[in-house]
Amino acid sequence: MNVMPAPHDVLFATLADPTRRGLFERLCREGEQTVHALTAQAGISQPAVSKHLGILKQAGLVLHRRDGRETHYSARPDALAPLIDWTDRMTDFWRSRFDELEDLLKRMDQ
Amino acid sequence: MTDSSTGTRSVVMERQFPYPPEKIWRALTQPQLIEEWLMKNDFQPRVGHRFELSGDWGSVACKVLEIEPNRTLAYSWEAKGLESIVTWTLTPSATGTSLRMEQSGFHADQEQFYQGARAGWPGFLASLEQLLARTD
Repeated sequence: MNVMPAPHDVLFATLADPTRRGLFERLCREGEQTVHALTAQAGISQPAVSKHLGILKQAGLVLHRRDGRETHYSARPDALAPLIDWTDRMTDFWRSRFDELEDLLKRMDQ
Repeated sequence: MTDSSTGTRSVVMERQFPYPPEKIWRALTQPQLIEEWLMKNDFQPRVGHRFELSGDWGSVACKVLEIEPNRTLAYSWEAKGLESIVTWTLTPSATGTSLRMEQSGFHADQEQFYQGARAGWPGFLASLEQLLARTD
């Protein structure tokens, strides 16, 4: 029985950082951006932005493409499906637990 | 289910049982009975008590948050990145008891790891859901 599969760990850990979450939200909101454009608004250095983007990329939350000397990043909102879906998984889990509880109550004395 | 004021999501399950609340309460609070329907555990019915539920796939870290015998039991539920609160409510009915379980995520009293996430989360999830709706 796997209640919370591993992708949650990665997604939560990745998005728990406010700077990374900010970058990701911006890509969600405004569409594809270059590293330069992201750096201009992030208030941190370009290497720091690139490092955060790399972590987002490892988590599958962003895609990148090279275009000449610029790297463009875009959000991959589908990667969030496991987060959105935790309620579905837990619903299945609790339904089966309720069934077990019902069986137990039948066996128990008053 | 989404609580739009906080951006939390929750799972709600409710079932009628032909038994008095006292009997169901025992199944929810006695370790050997909990083990029979939920998981192995070291539960104690005392607010602040930390306990662990352990299954084949791993364990869930819990802390008792609220106890009102035969009526309400709430504990935190933290497993593999999910921080949530499970609340049991027992309501006597004409034929026995209505048992309600609500598991809600991202509550306000969470610790270190999600403190950063908390502030941005509501707007974040809202914008995500809009985005997911668009990107079918």
